[in-house]
Amino acid sequence: MIKLNVNGQAREVDADPATPILWIVRENLKMPGTKFGCGIAQCGACTVHLDGKPIRSCSTPVSAAKGKTITTIEGIAAEDGTLHKVQQAWIEAQVPQCGYCQSGQIMSATALLKENPQPTDAQIDAAMTGNICRCGMYGRIRKAIKAAAGIEQPAKVGA
Amino acid sequence: MGKWSRRAFIGAGVVAGSALVVGVAVRQGNPVDRLGPLLTDGENEQLLNAWVKVDTDNIVTAVIPHVEMGQGVYTALAQMLADEMDADWNKVQILEAPADKQYVSDSIGRDFLFPNLQVPALFEPTVAGGILELAQAMGLQFTGGSYSVRATGQRAMRTAGAAAREMLVAAAASEWQVPTSEISTADSMLIHARSGKSEPFATFARAAAEQSLPAKPKLKSPENYKIMGQPKARHDIPEKVDGSAVFGIDADVPGMKYAAVKAPPVIGATVESMDATTAKTMPGVLQILNMGDFVAVVAGGYWQAQQALGTIDTRYSKTEGDSLDQDAIFARYASHLDEAGEDGGDMQTEAGDVTKGFAEAATKVEAEYKVPFLAHATMEPMNCTAWVRDGKCDVWSGHQAPVNARQAAADAAGLPFEDVTYHNAYLGGGFGRRSDSDAIIMATRIAKATGYPVKMIWSREEDTAQDHYRPSATSRFRGGLDKDGKAISWDNIHTHLFDPADAPTIPHYNIASHRIRKVDVPMHLRFGPWRSVDHSQHGFFIESFVDEMAHAAGKDGYAFRRELLAESPRHLKVLDTAAKMSGWGSALPENHGRGIAFVPSFGSIVAQVAEVDMSGPKPRVTKVYVAADPGFAINPDGFTAQMESGIVYGLTAALYGDITIKDGAVQQSNFHDYPMLRIDEMPEVEVTLINGDHKRLGGGGEPGLPPIAPAVTNAIFAATGKRVRELPIAKHDFA
Repeated sequence: MIKLNVNGQAREVDADPATPILWIVRENLKMPGTKFGCGIAQCGACTVHLDGKPIRSCSTPVSAAKGKTITTIEGIAAEDGTLHKVQQAWIEAQVPQCGYCQSGQIMSATALLKENPQPTDAQIDAAMTGNICRCGMYGRIRKAIKAAAGIEQPAKVGA
Repeated sequence: MGKWSRRAFIGAGVVAGSALVVGVAVRQGNPVDRLGPLLTDGENEQLLNAWVKVDTDNIVTAVIPHVEMGQGVYTALAQMLADEMDADWNKVQILEAPADKQYVSDSIGRDFLFPNLQVPALFEPTVAGGILELAQAMGLQFTGGSYSVRATGQRAMRTAGAAAREMLVAAAASEWQVPTSEISTADSMLIHARSGKSEPFATFARAAAEQSLPAKPKLKSPENYKIMGQPKARHDIPEKVDGSAVFGIDADVPGMKYAAVKAPPVIGATVESMDATTAKTMPGVLQILNMGDFVAVVAGGYWQAQQALGTIDTRYSKTEGDSLDQDAIFARYASHLDEAGEDGGDMQTEAGDVTKGFAEAATKVEAEYKVPFLAHATMEPMNCTAWVRDGKCDVWSGHQAPVNARQAAADAAGLPFEDVTYHNAYLGGGFGRRSDSDAIIMATRIAKATGYPVKMIWSREEDTAQDHYRPSATSRFRGGLDKDGKAISWDNIHTHLFDPADAPTIPHYNIASHRIRKVDVPMHLRFGPWRSVDHSQHGFFIESFVDEMAHAAGKDGYAFRRELLAESPRHLKVLDTAAKMSGWGSALPENHGRGIAFVPSFGSIVAQVAEVDMSGPKPRVTKVYVAADPGFAINPDGFTAQMESGIVYGLTAALYGDITIKDGAVQQSNFHDYPMLRIDEMPEVEVTLINGDHKRLGGGGEPGLPPIAPAVTNAIFAATGKRVRELPIAKHDFA
């Protein structure tokens, strides 16, 4: 059994330690919010946090999580359900289209703002360039990150 | 968002048991008989003309016969229904229609669900594009061709909303003993101002069901729109930011196992033999299947299945395609075009005497353009979960044509359609790829072979190498200009035609003589619709050549197009708007260039101006100005998002997209060798929408794409004097 800390909870899984974290969270822990995109750390759809740092879970073995904490998209809202400011900004800027890459995008963005609460445009690009959005919502992602950082406020789309 | 199952439906918030859901079968005996039990929860519920439900909480539920893949269709179609109904937008819920033949997209219109109802003079004289015809012919509940809003929305959703409203009004008038003309509606309330009476829709929902169907529900004119034309937040977004949105790949079936698959690299080959000695011994492996046209490993986990699959040594049969390389493909196009010569090929359109026009031209222009094969590269790789047992089959996936998927699963399982339940989920990108049922068929076959539920997921490598590709193509042009630099003849011949048939044509440009021909070139690769389909090729071909003609005429691209569009004020307005937004004609920094392109497609008119910076090692697109006229934008923010999205999809292809063939097989495998545009290359995109004709709506998902490639290559020409005649741009050296 491998002991893990996922979204603040102690979990145990029976798996090969070489198994990528992606498949552990999706299949063993039944948390499908983290997505499979490429399997070779090229697209960012599988991004989760390991001790707060963004990693590509498709290419990181679960053995690397020993003694560390894993945070997934399911674990970034507050305990009372209040969305993370990045999630809120994502809704206000109407970022997602198909939505498949967005868990990874949001995990990269939350890690960026934790590290650097007031990123420049170049810093946003650098932090987010590992995350592909095939629907091409990069402009809205930039706006949403700036809104979450309090740098600018996007016009809110009608409810 | 509610799905079409009782459990999910209750989960969507309607109170079970006590809910009064009232309805009417628009067609007698149908669809209430068959679909009613799926949608409603007991005798107190009925369907209200199949498109809308009203419950005791006064919630209005719009039933959407299309799938959501990011295009915002749930929201836009619900807006159309809710507005005509005068429903309270904050209390509107959305339910995706089930995969049932009774929900065939176009038959929703006049022919199927409304045989007793004279649908008001339809707003669209025609629906452009062969995809709709295809849908009709094949009986598909299809989402594609940018047609949900302009066809289903205009024909069905608005009519349904208006009919529901009139029936509710009639019921209230009868109860209150007042004329219907004295009753108004707003925010899901029925109001009789003179007596001060007002009641929620729900009060009269049951009585409304007993009213006769209005023969001609009166639709609103634009000045009365309250919800249509408003930028409404998309219903599907909240669950797409917290990981709770369920995509096909997220299907969770008790006892489910996982399958990894590999098909022969050359399409059409079969698996001759395989050595799975190592794979058999690997942890978690349950079954190794030679399915003939692919190999599958079924295991307790997907990663285990993948690891085992990677150790299998497979031999494939020889095919005629084995010797084919990319250069030979383009050589084949060239030889077919050469063979067609001056007058061969299939004529598509012809007007005037092109040969004479060309002979008499003061200036002659000739050019040949090429575009490559393209993969769809949806973020969610192809996948499907299936379970075949006891004469039944359940299938879970995300598909653009759920009815077709259900039929494909039935065929693969060897079961009647009725014994297959198809569960559609969100699509992690569609772009045309998820209109094909290959993954559905494969998963069903695996599940049939195993007897237990299996989730099959393609690796990214399979997804890239086993796509149904956007065809590569070559297009040749001869154009003539008179002594004033006016275009007088246009002669085009190109390889391949898929859909829409009008993609190579230029009815919007006034050129006295023109002729467009095509030649078919056989190819072993599988083709499929790829966002904007043939417009993705012909937009580039046509708008590049128009630019070359402009240059030959000594005019700038904008002024030249203005002349060609002089008699089409609606088109001209779009072109002028984009040019004005961009500051066309104003000075740019050194090594920067501006290019314009104009492509009407799928009923919408779009002009784009791109700015490129050529001072770095590779072209950098810095700004894109978009003017678009979709007739009337139902959800302006949603339509704008589609323009942004189409531009990125098209720009990715223009800059990088290049699927190449070697020894018959696709050479690309993943995002490192089939690169995507990323955020650091994202241009600023500015969109202006023009509501040019509210009676003729255009699509949104695709029309943003076709102009971007030529806008960029025309900008590169403006900056460097180098004309890009072959995509992708990455192939070219501008140093």
